[in-house]
Amino acid sequence: MTVTTAAPPSPAAEAPARGPRRAVRLRRAALPYVLLLPALVLELLVHLVPMTVGAVMSFKELTQFFVRDWGSAPWTGLGNYRVAVRFDAPVGQALLHSFLITCGFTVLSVGLSWLLGTAAAILTQERFRGRALLRGVFLIPYALPVYAAVITWSFMFQRDNGLVNHLFHDQLHLASGHPFWLIGGNSFAALVTVSVWRSWPFAFLCLTAGLQNIPRELYEAAAMDGAGIWQQIRRITMPSLRPVNQVLVLVLFLWTFNDFNTPYVLFGKSAPDAADVISIHIYQSSFITWNFGSGAAMSVLLLLFLLLVTAGYLIATTRGRDADA
Amino acid sequence: MRETRAFVWTRRIVLTLLAAFALTPVYVMLSASLKPLAEVQGAFRWLPGRLTLRPYLDIWHTVPLAHYFVNSLIVATGSTLASVVVAVFAAYGVSRHRFRGRRLFTVTVLSTQMFPGILFLLPMFLLFVNIGNATGIALYGSRGGLILTYLTFSLPFSIWMLVGYLDSIPRDLDEAALTDGCGPLGALLRVVVPAAVPGIVAVAVYAFMTAWGEVLFASVMTNDTTRTLAVGLQGYATETDVYWNQVMAASLVVSVPVVAGFLLLQRYLVAGLTAGAVK
Amino acid sequence: MPNPKARALAVVAAALALTATACGGGTTISGSGGNAHPRTLTYWASNQGASLADDKRVLAPELAKFQRQTGIKVKLEVIGWPDLLNRVLAATISGQGPDVLNIGNTWSASLQATGALMPFDAGTLAAIGGRDRFAPAALAATGAAGRDPAAVPLYSLSYGLYWNRKLFRQAGIARPPATWDELTADGRKLTGAGHWGLAVEGASFAENAHHAFILGQQHSADFFTADGRPRFNSPRAVAAVKQFVDFMAKDKITAPGDAEYAAQQSVQDFASGKAAMLMWQSAASSLKAHGMRPDDYGVAPVPFQTADASGRTRVDSMVAGINLAVFRNSQNHDGAVKFVKFMTSTTEQKTLNAAYGSIPPVTQAQGDPAFASADLTTLREVLARTATPLPQVPDESQFETLVGTAVKDLFADAAAGRPVTEASVRAALTKAQQQLPTS
Repeated sequence: MTVTTAAPPSPAAEAPARGPRRAVRLRRAALPYVLLLPALVLELLVHLVPMTVGAVMSFKELTQFFVRDWGSAPWTGLGNYRVAVRFDAPVGQALLHSFLITCGFTVLSVGLSWLLGTAAAILTQERFRGRALLRGVFLIPYALPVYAAVITWSFMFQRDNGLVNHLFHDQLHLASGHPFWLIGGNSFAALVTVSVWRSWPFAFLCLTAGLQNIPRELYEAAAMDGAGIWQQIRRITMPSLRPVNQVLVLVLFLWTFNDFNTPYVLFGKSAPDAADVISIHIYQSSFITWNFGSGAAMSVLLLLFLLLVTAGYLIATTRGRDADA
Repeated sequence: MRETRAFVWTRRIVLTLLAAFALTPVYVMLSASLKPLAEVQGAFRWLPGRLTLRPYLDIWHTVPLAHYFVNSLIVATGSTLASVVVAVFAAYGVSRHRFRGRRLFTVTVLSTQMFPGILFLLPMFLLFVNIGNATGIALYGSRGGLILTYLTFSLPFSIWMLVGYLDSIPRDLDEAALTDGCGPLGALLRVVVPAAVPGIVAVAVYAFMTAWGEVLFASVMTNDTTRTLAVGLQGYATETDVYWNQVMAASLVVSVPVVAGFLLLQRYLVAGLTAGAVK
Repeated sequence: MPNPKARALAVVAAALALTATACGGGTTISGSGGNAHPRTLTYWASNQGASLADDKRVLAPELAKFQRQTGIKVKLEVIGWPDLLNRVLAATISGQGPDVLNIGNTWSASLQATGALMPFDAGTLAAIGGRDRFAPAALAATGAAGRDPAAVPLYSLSYGLYWNRKLFRQAGIARPPATWDELTADGRKLTGAGHWGLAVEGASFAENAHHAFILGQQHSADFFTADGRPRFNSPRAVAAVKQFVDFMAKDKITAPGDAEYAAQQSVQDFASGKAAMLMWQSAASSLKAHGMRPDDYGVAPVPFQTADASGRTRVDSMVAGINLAVFRNSQNHDGAVKFVKFMTSTTEQKTLNAAYGSIPPVTQAQGDPAFASADLTTLREVLARTATPLPQVPDESQFETLVGTAVKDLFADAAAGRPVTEASVRAALTKAQQQLPTS
């Protein structure tokens, strides 16, 4: 909001009265705001205004009796929030459960994506035959449309007719019996697998880019000192990648935590308990039980949590890009 | 780096496994799309018992796939263009100028990254409807509305990435253009934008992919004429049957152009991210 | 430059103003309908046929006929079931929706509570030919008792027990079971060597909820109190749900794999002979699509607890079906009523129900030879005699989702070999009930 009010009126309007030099200077000062204006308008329209409306909704009792004219829905004050955070009562308990599941899911998915991405990036750092092809192959999961990719996974995870059980039980004999993947406890593993499959290529892409910024001389110098390849990775590559990792982990964290498409396509409208991640849980709370006020309150809580985590993360890793402003 | 044998073998094994992980679903899509329905509904087999191309013909009739394809193309292209143009201007402003509110702006942009989409769905929908009632501009149910919606997802990331990328382009470049008599707009268009192509491509690809695959908003905000692919593909699961072979064939058909484009632009992507996200 | 900028500013201002209105607590909903657009109608049809395109093929000639008769052009949109409720909800919230729409008849009371649907008062009912044209059972599933119907019946369905003649013969069973004890006994005989007695759609919350309701009736369990409050976890409800899940957990006549079925795989399993019995609503066209011939299977009523069950426990189906509703905000109110009259006319009822394999809720149309086949006769009699509508209360659609999901989770437990006990069933149902805001 401050930004909007700080924006001076259009430079052309002020110019004539003052001298031309002044006008130029004014125009200079106004320029950044003019450049930012479209972005600001859109941010307002698509983010801040809906956000505000959402926040307002969280203070209302917005059930099916009022959705038609939600202005008439009664205010409940903090009622929706109180229900959401009473962790000894069922709704709060379910929310907490879902929150913890989401945390576990996010940590695992981001961690594994990062690990696979790093491994692939480092191993494809040096030229070898077929490298370009492999890089292309690695990017395919990221390039496939979400729905197409995830529906294929759900096809593969079918208990009786799916590839996963066929491969691990019938062919490799690694599993005893045909486990379920889309219902029950294993659904968590299924969700993590699909999520990692979809996001590790992004980590790979970023880290590949990051590796190109490391001067070759560093490796040459280390090799002269007698450092082996693993030592070089540990002593040069990993520290040089730290700034990339800071950003990458944050972005992956936010995307994974808020991901709706993957669990929704994989499990449908009601996710199994073990994979009841927060985005689906909130969807259920608002769209299935038609209690939009309560869903909005949960969303706001989630947003506050993410703001806290991100702020904490940014302070902890002291990312310098904005520090100069 | 001098490569030891152990390293080469590690590389071979790890990369092979990763490639298998990445490609298995693609293979499943392909093989299932070539099987008759009865076989797809039966136990999984690596190779089709009987090959058929029928699914590739049927997909166009079961749902109006071509129509959805066009919708998705319009929506994804529209939101990509919009978010790139807006982001380039904004990033240029942030990267090249010091002004009051700069930090507030960047922090706001960054924090909108973390807004859960589900929080937006209903408010955005209400907003669209109200704008429609007040101004007569139909946003709800229109492609324009969806384009605007997808800006939600791609704009913050785009601005953020491009600020990083523009920061990496030497200032001398555009300052030289300014002293040569170009206005700031001229300097941006003639010097900065060409230099920032990789960053712009990276951002554009991200915006396109996001819009191409989104399910939730599209399912509420579209109708018969504006439905996009991601929602339209669900049409292969009907009250009487799930046409798995057609789902797979259609998925493959809609994926091929995107994957091809993505791979063609791959070089730019790496370069774009090198300076953008990575710096 | 100044022009677009000004416009942009205007948009910001407008957006802020809208927020302000929102905070003030008033969204604008355009009026409450009227007759501003008498020449066109928008109709949202649900997916009844083999595909959305199939539905369009069925409906297009009828809509053309309606246009010839009245001069009103109907814009048709066929919406798949996964989207339909959300789209209706979106239309409710925004006031921008179709003029006429199909709804699952079990949603009638829930949608009635939102006020988005036009009530069919005595005058409107008279305009479409009167209440008496419809079968009473179908009419009972059109909204809360004592209120004007929120919709009128369009297609009716009921549950039947589909049984595989060949497999029954091979197992030496002469006739389909009439009680659950017989069903489990028969099921055991039919189970073995990759074959199973009974197929269920264990991950489909709608199917689960329907069976929970039917068995609930047989156990005299109400999922809602008389004043519409949820009571999902009464001992009788627990017994009913447990009986259903026990087909897999205890009786072992249902394949564990069924626990993840939600895409008509149980129909496939029945058609392929993997399962010998299936409880389904009008499965004929699906079975045909899967290559099963009509004389390969029989249709019997779903079993009762005892052969001589009577009164309220003599219920073996819900009143299933599709209702036709008029959106309150319609700008072609009179046209919409005309269209409802057209769709519920005896001729159209015959054509459409025959095309979809459903039963016409209009009694006059039921006599048509198209509905005289053995299986449709059975289903029709079930509908007329032993079917009861799901509770017509505002929370009904939540009941389906929540109880259906609870049963899905119980099936998952059973399939994984975890014990399904009275306590675990009660816990699951209690959890479901507590998700409801009114509990």
